[in-house]
Amino acid sequence: MTHELYNGPELMYSGHVGCPGCGATIAMKLALRALGQATMVVIPASCWAIIASSYPQTSLKVPVLNTAFASTAAACTGLRAALDMRGATFTTVLGWAGDGGTFDIGFQALSAAAERGEDFIYICYDNEAYMNTGVQRSSSTPFGARTMTTPDSSWKRTEKKNMVEILAAHRIPYAATASIAFPEDLERKLRKAKAIRTGLRFIHLYASCPTGWGYAPAQTVQVARTAVLCNAFPLYEVEDGLTYTLNRTGSLPVADYLKMQSRFRHLDAQTIQDIQDRVDLELQRLRQKAQPAGLESAVPAAASPGL
Amino acid sequence: MMKVLEGSQAVAEAVRLARVKVVSAYPITPQTHIVEELARYCAEGSLDGRFICVESEHSAMASVIGSAAGGVRSFTASSSHGLAYMHEMLHWAAGARLPIVMVDVNRALGPGWNLWMDQSDSLSQRDTGWMQFYCADGQEALDTTLQAFRLAEMVHLPAMVNLDAFFLSHTYEPVEVPDAQTVDAFLPPYEPPFKMDQGHPLGLCGVAPPGVYMEMRRNMQMAMDSVPDLLDQIEDDFFIRFGRRYGSLETYRCADADVVVVTTGTASGTARVAVDQLREQGEKAGLLRLRLFRPFPSRAVRQALEKIEKAAVLDRNCSFGSGGIFANELKAALHGKGGTAVYSYISGLGGRDITVDLIKELYTKTRDADRPDSESVWLGLKEELMLR
Repeated sequence: MTHELYNGPELMYSGHVGCPGCGATIAMKLALRALGQATMVVIPASCWAIIASSYPQTSLKVPVLNTAFASTAAACTGLRAALDMRGATFTTVLGWAGDGGTFDIGFQALSAAAERGEDFIYICYDNEAYMNTGVQRSSSTPFGARTMTTPDSSWKRTEKKNMVEILAAHRIPYAATASIAFPEDLERKLRKAKAIRTGLRFIHLYASCPTGWGYAPAQTVQVARTAVLCNAFPLYEVEDGLTYTLNRTGSLPVADYLKMQSRFRHLDAQTIQDIQDRVDLELQRLRQKAQPAGLESAVPAAASPGL
Repeated sequence: MMKVLEGSQAVAEAVRLARVKVVSAYPITPQTHIVEELARYCAEGSLDGRFICVESEHSAMASVIGSAAGGVRSFTASSSHGLAYMHEMLHWAAGARLPIVMVDVNRALGPGWNLWMDQSDSLSQRDTGWMQFYCADGQEALDTTLQAFRLAEMVHLPAMVNLDAFFLSHTYEPVEVPDAQTVDAFLPPYEPPFKMDQGHPLGLCGVAPPGVYMEMRRNMQMAMDSVPDLLDQIEDDFFIRFGRRYGSLETYRCADADVVVVTTGTASGTARVAVDQLREQGEKAGLLRLRLFRPFPSRAVRQALEKIEKAAVLDRNCSFGSGGIFANELKAALHGKGGTAVYSYISGLGGRDITVDLIKELYTKTRDADRPDSESVWLGLKEELMLR
């Protein structure tokens, strides 16, 4: 492999306390390679709070500030302010939270930082439930999934929040999805996010979880890849909250993805078809948004000044 | 320079003189005048700092934790529900050993909604690892804020400076505002022993398993233990430069007193008048005002009350199911250390006035009693509003 991503600085020490096949550790390794040495990471309660450090050790070669669950974006804000006052304006501040810390308890602080136009990158590494506490549902858990708090016949019957759309609605300069299975796409997006300094940059990074999702650890990347290629998790980016670009989709049936994981094992054929219909509809909507402005025939020009 | 300032403005002057780099705050009555003033200072450039308008008190404390860990002097202010909302982060700031200074304007908690003076907010944060000071006037608010930064940066613990709602936060008084050069000499730039630093990457505030956690907490307790002596040293220096000192507590006409009234905050001025009037009537009344609450100045309290038969503590707070919190702390400090009987009184909750007559009543009840009641005695209740 000659891509510079694979030759960049290794900012995560070898060996970690994550589960075998942990997608979130691959996520951090790739993210820090892309962002480089001049990065400081803020981590709330999460799997990564455990992986990052157990005193007196640390698993990262960049400074890490752990903070309480709800406070990632607020702690990033204060750290950014301190670095600016110290003249360390070149340093990238990276908020690194799981889906619970982003979609649920940390959402208020995140929304506020987005509104204030804070200058940091926020990555939500999404494993679609509270994994660190033993697989309880979050508002990122997808329709159909079983967790310890949506067990048996009480499997989750509400949709996952669309966090990129919510952040894009704040008109932040950059919001994107990314996947550990598409490292070149992730690297490009992070370099782009790093270069933008005019507000919050949000990356929704899909990080599959063998422990919580129920598949063999060796399949982590394959599961993440299938999520993109079946369009359950399409790769796209949104600039200034308005300009959508589709980066990667696929044509696999969503059943291929669902059947890889025991959390979906209980779903009957009709429910799987319902999920397929929903995925198709969401992709169609996304494609409409991603069309060049000149092709938007249904929207009157006066109603879309931003385009 | 002598200025006529609100207590809130005196605090803001101190924060400007301390050359704070990051102020982060969420508005709550009656703290707003402090943060409005600081926002103006940052906007006009008279304070070279960043003012962050966060969306909640939880984020206010989280962001100054971020900025203090980033290595710069940081300040916030709150009150009442706001302080309660940041409770989790108060533990985090202290455990992170960050020298954040916060002013809390003491206000009651609802329901029912009450904007007025009450110490339930700060005393509910007693065990978070923050130092706590209670101020009696505007000058002391300014001076204590400056001292708090120096002390916090020496012991690596955060400090909370408390002002009575309205009675102090919104009351104009003459305040001597020191010149910047003298303050710079007293309070040099903040040099943290560790911080978020690219050249020396550390993992801060990570997992602390049972094998290390207890020592971390013991270290915090030892830092607290060092505060009374360090405060004395800092006040020696402060006195040389500014001509004022306060101590961890203040005594007034205690030398031959039979009953010493124990107060905090602005009620102390009222108590001083009551003591003078009682003395004029031939009563042997004295006053002890507690300024430092965390760490509790047990040694100074024992010295001050060594020969005193009765201490009558006035609490503007209540720990439900126990009683007046200052009285309980005083009893703990005096336990097994001599013959002072502690009488516990609760009054002035939710902004109700503490009057000279009320303090005289408290004195007389204590003087005439054979021994303290087992529970706190509430003064100034309206019988018609009580459940039967």
